[in-house]
Amino acid sequence: MTIFVWIIQLFFVPALSPLCIGIIRKIKAKLQNRQGANVFQPYKDIWKLLHKDEVVSKDASWIFRFTPYIVFAVTIVVGLSIPIFLSRISEFGASDILIIVYTLAIGTFFMALSGMDTGSAFGGFGSSREMTVSALAEGGFIFSLLTMALLAGSTNLFVMSDVTRTITSQSFLPTILAFGGFFIVLLAETSRFPFDNPATHLELTMIHEAMILEYSGKRLALMEWAASNKLLIFIILGVNIFFPFGLVINGGWGMIILSIFYFLVKIFLFCLAIAVLESSMAKFRFFRLPDLLLISFIFNVVAIGLIQWSR
Amino acid sequence: MLKFFLKIFKTPKNVISFPKNDPRKMDFFEIGEKIQDKVKKMFNGSLAIRQIDAGSDNSCEQELVALSNSFYDIERFGIHFVASPRHADMLLVTGPVTRNMAKALKDAYDGTPNPKIVVAVGDDAIDGGIFRDSYAVLNGVDSVIPVDYQIPGDPPTPMTIIYSLLNILETLENKSLSKK
Amino acid sequence: MLEIITSPISFFILLSSFVVGAVGSLFFQNKDKQANIWSSFFSIVGSLWGLVFSISTILTKSNLLFSLNKSFFSLLTLSFHVDLLSSFFIFVISLLALFCSIYGLGYVKHFYKKYNIGVLGFFYNLFIGSLFLVVSASNGIFFLIFWEIMSIASYFLVVYDHNDANNVKAGLLYLVMTYVGTSFIIISFLLLYKYIGSFDFSVIKDNISLVPVFIKNIIFISAFIGFGLKAGIIPLHIWLPAAHPAAPSHVSAMMSGVMIKTGIYMMVRLFLDILQPVPLWWGLVVLIVGSISALLGVLYALTEHDIKRLLAYHSIENIGIILLGLGSALTFYSLNLPALALLGLVAALFHTLNHAIFKALLFLSAGSVINEVHTRNMEEYGGLIKYMPQTALFFLVGSIAISALPPFNGFFSEWLTYQALFQGIAQMHFLTQWIFVLAAGSLVFTGGLALACFVKAFGVTFLARPRSHEVIHAKESVFSMRFGMAALALLALLFGVFSGLVTNLLKIISQSLTIFKNSASAVSVLPSQGMSVENGFSSVSGPFIFGLLVIIIFLVFFIFKKVINNKQKISLTNTWDCGTDLTPRAEITATGFSRSIILVFKGLLRPTIQQNIEYYDDQNRYLPKSRTVILNISNTYNTYFYQPLLKVINKLSIRAKKIQNGNINLYISYIFITLLLVLLVIL
Repeated sequence: MTIFVWIIQLFFVPALSPLCIGIIRKIKAKLQNRQGANVFQPYKDIWKLLHKDEVVSKDASWIFRFTPYIVFAVTIVVGLSIPIFLSRISEFGASDILIIVYTLAIGTFFMALSGMDTGSAFGGFGSSREMTVSALAEGGFIFSLLTMALLAGSTNLFVMSDVTRTITSQSFLPTILAFGGFFIVLLAETSRFPFDNPATHLELTMIHEAMILEYSGKRLALMEWAASNKLLIFIILGVNIFFPFGLVINGGWGMIILSIFYFLVKIFLFCLAIAVLESSMAKFRFFRLPDLLLISFIFNVVAIGLIQWSR
Repeated sequence: MLKFFLKIFKTPKNVISFPKNDPRKMDFFEIGEKIQDKVKKMFNGSLAIRQIDAGSDNSCEQELVALSNSFYDIERFGIHFVASPRHADMLLVTGPVTRNMAKALKDAYDGTPNPKIVVAVGDDAIDGGIFRDSYAVLNGVDSVIPVDYQIPGDPPTPMTIIYSLLNILETLENKSLSKK
Repeated sequence: MLEIITSPISFFILLSSFVVGAVGSLFFQNKDKQANIWSSFFSIVGSLWGLVFSISTILTKSNLLFSLNKSFFSLLTLSFHVDLLSSFFIFVISLLALFCSIYGLGYVKHFYKKYNIGVLGFFYNLFIGSLFLVVSASNGIFFLIFWEIMSIASYFLVVYDHNDANNVKAGLLYLVMTYVGTSFIIISFLLLYKYIGSFDFSVIKDNISLVPVFIKNIIFISAFIGFGLKAGIIPLHIWLPAAHPAAPSHVSAMMSGVMIKTGIYMMVRLFLDILQPVPLWWGLVVLIVGSISALLGVLYALTEHDIKRLLAYHSIENIGIILLGLGSALTFYSLNLPALALLGLVAALFHTLNHAIFKALLFLSAGSVINEVHTRNMEEYGGLIKYMPQTALFFLVGSIAISALPPFNGFFSEWLTYQALFQGIAQMHFLTQWIFVLAAGSLVFTGGLALACFVKAFGVTFLARPRSHEVIHAKESVFSMRFGMAALALLALLFGVFSGLVTNLLKIISQSLTIFKNSASAVSVLPSQGMSVENGFSSVSGPFIFGLLVIIIFLVFFIFKKVINNKQKISLTNTWDCGTDLTPRAEITATGFSRSIILVFKGLLRPTIQQNIEYYDDQNRYLPKSRTVILNISNTYNTYFYQPLLKVINKLSIRAKKIQNGNINLYISYIFITLLLVLLVIL
């Protein structure tokens, strides 16, 4: 039974993530009074890209060619290790919070290197900006997960989501503060507003898109898919660690179907929140972003202080 | 903020629909080899366009920009604009190719992965238009790169451009997108 | 057989191998190749023997205590004490010496005909021999003698390449700072002697209660300054970025990998072993100094574009991380939590081992690159991955390991350090807890900034197009150099995957210290070779992560490359350049890459910008020919700390000079007054 759950989790994140992107784009289009593309459009985009030929720069080395596989594989490994619809299964060796953070950092590392590999100006400064944002966002990321770990008494993600279901009113404020910090990190790491505009054409304003300007064909499909996987992973972490109502500990298939339903509703609400946020604010100037990331860090430090004070 | 959202919900839908057979709107020429059906099927659901300005007077660009607004909304057909030729399936070239842009146009064409479609939009791009035979231009896109389709007009209206694109991809024959 | 290997005789065989290697190479005047082979052979043999010796000592848990009693000088008992902690450090030293010497076989070739190779061999072997003696000496005076030999040998190695004036200046700064540190160490030993009456470490340990608390605090402060200066804590670090780049690369690897760790060794020995029991504030001071060193070290590294200076600043950062582990161990022990203290110590020792491995790997690869391109300036590298693919791969492994990415070894030792800090946050009370939060905060930012720095270092050096003409003539290094680097890269992976095994051994080593004799440990190793802390608060499994990553990467590669659309054609063209001609000037530079982070932290770093413009026509300044931007940081430590100190010392010296005014009559009156005073005192 556990094996089935792992196999479902292996394919769950890559299968569902383009749908999330499609939902966000559709809601944004509706808010702009347009029709917008179909919700399943990202699947069609990926399918088409997988069937195109590729053009690779002469200056690129094996790092450029190999990065898409590494970045995509990393998102699958992390998608396998986070609680999606079952909260306490047997000990999975890769569900520690630090493993999740640093495994995603492997993807960032190789993506930044591949941006520099072709020697184009855009890729170079895209890598530089991405590393600045990512270096400062790691602080907020680890600390927000640490706050929940201190509340739960373990850094294993499954145990954390399990314990947060039985939350007391004392731990309410730290959870909300930690969620605020986590949300800012979500926007930073997945290149949404106010950090980066995922639909921009102006290379001088790009952060994540600038690093993938040289990719084409299959490798581009993998990079875009990996980016949407990362968004879904962060949404799942936000949903299941901070608001795990509806998660099932152990149960039969009926309970699991019900928990999947709750889970999909929560993901839809999250996508709605992101889309509304993107439609109502502008992208920040680059040197205001570190302030925002430090605010996220401080939210979490205050949350940790509140936990200990209330003990 | 609330007034902002209320305004969004109160504005009526103003998108223009594209009925299937309206012959007065179709206006494009096909030159060069016919694009294979396999390629058209691939681009049917999703097309990425890179627009190249080869020295144009921006009239065509303004019409192309209008394609993304809420009246014409080209995204509902699965077509979107991209920033890099590496990501593109179709190159929309405007402007009579000036001498300074000739090499850039060739590089962009070489940098686009196969299979690709090249469309010359506007009279300037077809044969030089009002700038024909000037010392600074090379008289049309097909003197630099092989062109597959041409959309005449100075500039062509957004309706013309969309109809032409949909017919290039034979989208209209395959699905009924008229009721949206 | 095992008894012979773990006996004092074998320790002397170890030392004698290096002595023979040292003295012998001096006799090879002008015969460069033979001198190189002689010195490398003896250092390789010696380090292999050191590995055998240390591994068997650790596995048999033996405790070697031997002394040569010279009965006429009671102060000078030449005693050695090789317990498990010392043999761990002997293991680290031998491991690094082995691969650096193998690398040196090929590397030293570019010093042929320029300098005397015999002298290099002499000081190199002397240096390594003195390292072994420093970590095993058990008597204060002999410890200081070996410490001095180590410092002097490394000084001569730093100024070996003396044609470059900068190296000589760096050597002088190094020498001065080392002596300042040594004087603080001498102060602590003298204070201990005054109250206990002996320099011998075991005697001091047994009688430590004779020392009053106030004196113990002074001993702590001066020992921390002295050993910290050798380790490279901020603000006493200014010699490190000058001296480590100046030395030949295999020596830099040894210095950065093990010499600064001898400071850590003595701190563990003194604070956790000899000077127990300690008050709470010692651990907190170590934690605070560790967090500051880690964060500032990595920030300064980001501003550098000299590749070896960048690596030197990263050594400072990693010493900061080791001090975080050590500080948490001290804090927990002073609050009577020996299980958690053991966790902190294991984290510190594991990071010592890991840092030695990946820092040596990075220095050796940087040395190969510098050998081929003849400059240390990263702004002139670029595209080297096509000319030196294997060196690029080894540097990549080193970068991944130092940025603490799984499944390499850096991740697991940082994981253990994090766990020690997290336990501190979870279990401590108000003030201590906030210092742990500060320490954990500095560790998270350090991890992220180190990642950024190594993207810059690897990317600017090896990727994209060459930025200067020299790069095109670069060739791959010779076999011995590649072997040294490959072995270290493989060890980085192995120590990561089998981190459970290493943690077990380190637990045994830490439990050998007297204070931890009977305590359980907060970190335990699971049967699946994973590590678990504090009954499941956290757990991680090395082989599992490694296996999972490898399998999934392989599956993704196989499916997407071979199965889906395998009839796809890939064509090669130029990089998309928006229609212009891409020159190497369009690539990102090292300065440009880190400019964003420098401007974010400009309060701490105080950057300065210098811009030069050269015009085609000086009268008519319309068209610029070239524009140079130099982004630097101002030298805060010199300006605010060392220069004022020097001014004060200068002023005092000028006042003291007045005693010597050249008048013979005054000198005779000095002698007369002194004689009178001495007679009065005696009578």
